[in-house]
Amino acid sequence: MKDRKSILRIATVLVLLCLAPLFLPSYYTGLLTLILIYAIFAMSLDILQGYTGLASLGHAAFLGTAAYIVAIINVKVFHGPHFAIELLAGVLSAGIVAAIVGLIVLRNTGTYLLMILLASSMMLWGIAFKWRSLTGGDDGLPGIARPNLAFMHWNLHNTTDFYFFVLLFFVIAALLMYLVVRSSFGHTLLGIRESETRMTALGYNVWLQKYIAFIVSGIFAGLAGVMLVYYNGFVSPSELHLVTSAEVLMMVILGGVGTLFGPAIGAGIIILIKNFVSAYTEHWMIILGALYMATIMLAPRGVYRLFKRSEKRG
Amino acid sequence: MAFVLTQTINGIVFGMLLFLLAAGLTLMLGTMRIVNLAHGSFYLLGGYIGYTVAQRTHNFLLACLAGLLSIAILGVLTYKTVLEKRFAKETLAQVLLTFGMLLIISDVCRWIWGGNPLAIPKPEMLQGTIYLGSIVVPLYRLAVIIIGVVILLFLWWFQEKTKYGAIVRAGVDDAEMAQGIGINISLVKTLVFSMGALLAGLAGVIGGPFVGLSVGLDIEILLLAIVVVIIGGMGSLRGALVGALLIGLIDSFGKSLLPELSIFTLFAAMVVVLALKPSGLFGTR
Repeated sequence: MKDRKSILRIATVLVLLCLAPLFLPSYYTGLLTLILIYAIFAMSLDILQGYTGLASLGHAAFLGTAAYIVAIINVKVFHGPHFAIELLAGVLSAGIVAAIVGLIVLRNTGTYLLMILLASSMMLWGIAFKWRSLTGGDDGLPGIARPNLAFMHWNLHNTTDFYFFVLLFFVIAALLMYLVVRSSFGHTLLGIRESETRMTALGYNVWLQKYIAFIVSGIFAGLAGVMLVYYNGFVSPSELHLVTSAEVLMMVILGGVGTLFGPAIGAGIIILIKNFVSAYTEHWMIILGALYMATIMLAPRGVYRLFKRSEKRG
Repeated sequence: MAFVLTQTINGIVFGMLLFLLAAGLTLMLGTMRIVNLAHGSFYLLGGYIGYTVAQRTHNFLLACLAGLLSIAILGVLTYKTVLEKRFAKETLAQVLLTFGMLLIISDVCRWIWGGNPLAIPKPEMLQGTIYLGSIVVPLYRLAVIIIGVVILLFLWWFQEKTKYGAIVRAGVDDAEMAQGIGINISLVKTLVFSMGALLAGLAGVIGGPFVGLSVGLDIEILLLAIVVVIIGGMGSLRGALVGALLIGLIDSFGKSLLPELSIFTLFAAMVVVLALKPSGLFGTR
């Protein structure tokens, strides 16, 4: 029964997502595209945060690295879109950064790990900020062309076509991540979250499992980065900044840590609020800051869980 | 040779400033397990308040006092209203609460003091320079080193030689037991947190004349302080001192020798330390 219910729910969401561009004005279709991109990003962090129990304040490192690699290939190497190469290079580069950073930091846990990840990602920000000749420094790299998929009858400069392009990748990524957390590997991760010592005693190589989870999470964050750079047509150091890392962490917490689909909802809420607030006041940072504080004080378990709980009661 | 000496002195001066910040941060982290992402904001806000007071009164000492007192009060308020009750043990909640504060303080600062970089004028007494052998050193920078050393000695004396220091250490080692023998742990923790905030506010004013005050400095200085704590090890004052001097020197030489990749040299230092000793140079865990 439970399975049929959740399949029905997922199907409904998918149908709604497919029909959305028919009803929404093109501005909101664009906004929904951005939400899907951040949903991939937030779900990838939940693999670490919710399923492995590794708190991270440096997840922007993977998003930003992939974005910069795609941008550099697009603007400086080929002077035009080469989708397959860019996608592969972007996702791989995020995986490689995760593999390198993970090698250094994963011996640590908890608060210390959180700080090290924060510092590592901000170092990448610093490099992007200072290395003008390659990254354009503070100004970023503009003029990134969207992929040319004319052979699939897609014109990605069209908002609706681009929306379906991102939706396709969102569905693939969400499905893959769902399979990861449901697999025996995913259950091992849950075991590590609950008790590392017990998993070690059971004969698991805890470090290796965490390392793999770290890389998998980085790769999906990289995919979000690739999509984001096409969406914006532009990349700047803020993609690597602590503010981005904290934002995605907020999406995960708001949506519900360890629920995988909850963070996607969290992404939607944050993007919408940011969009509306910044349209009305230039002091949106005050509002956003107050919102972060209020969320933690009022709904520390996330809205997805609130929703689930009321359902169980009813 | 003159180049090396000048950069070394600059590095030590900056290191002393970082020590003031990192000492508070490492105490909050190591002794209370509280992650305070608003620590850089405390620094910046303290500096801005000091700037305004210095503008009005032309008295640097008053500026320092205003900066450190206002931030100490802000620290008490932050700890009492936001962090203490429900979130004393939830790292993630602390992270986002203090990050929310970071955003708010950053926007408020931009609102009040504008987006252009400001600098606090040096006190008149310390405007000159002196010759150390072949190099010229601004008096103010020497004064910063002296202030840093005095605070360092005070902190050491307080922690190791006084009854209150013993109480803090007791609270750290076993909070429940300390409470059981009649120590007001809540008060101790509030004092430690506000002391850390006070040092950050003071650092903001002291750094005002040579680091300046600008938008985004809150996060930059927070990053440096965090790297110092990572290198030194959480909770260790000695670690904070060694880490701060190391980062100060690396920053000073890195910026003059490899300006495009200066931040990379900091990263390299962090990686080397973590590879050799994952808990930091003086970390106990």
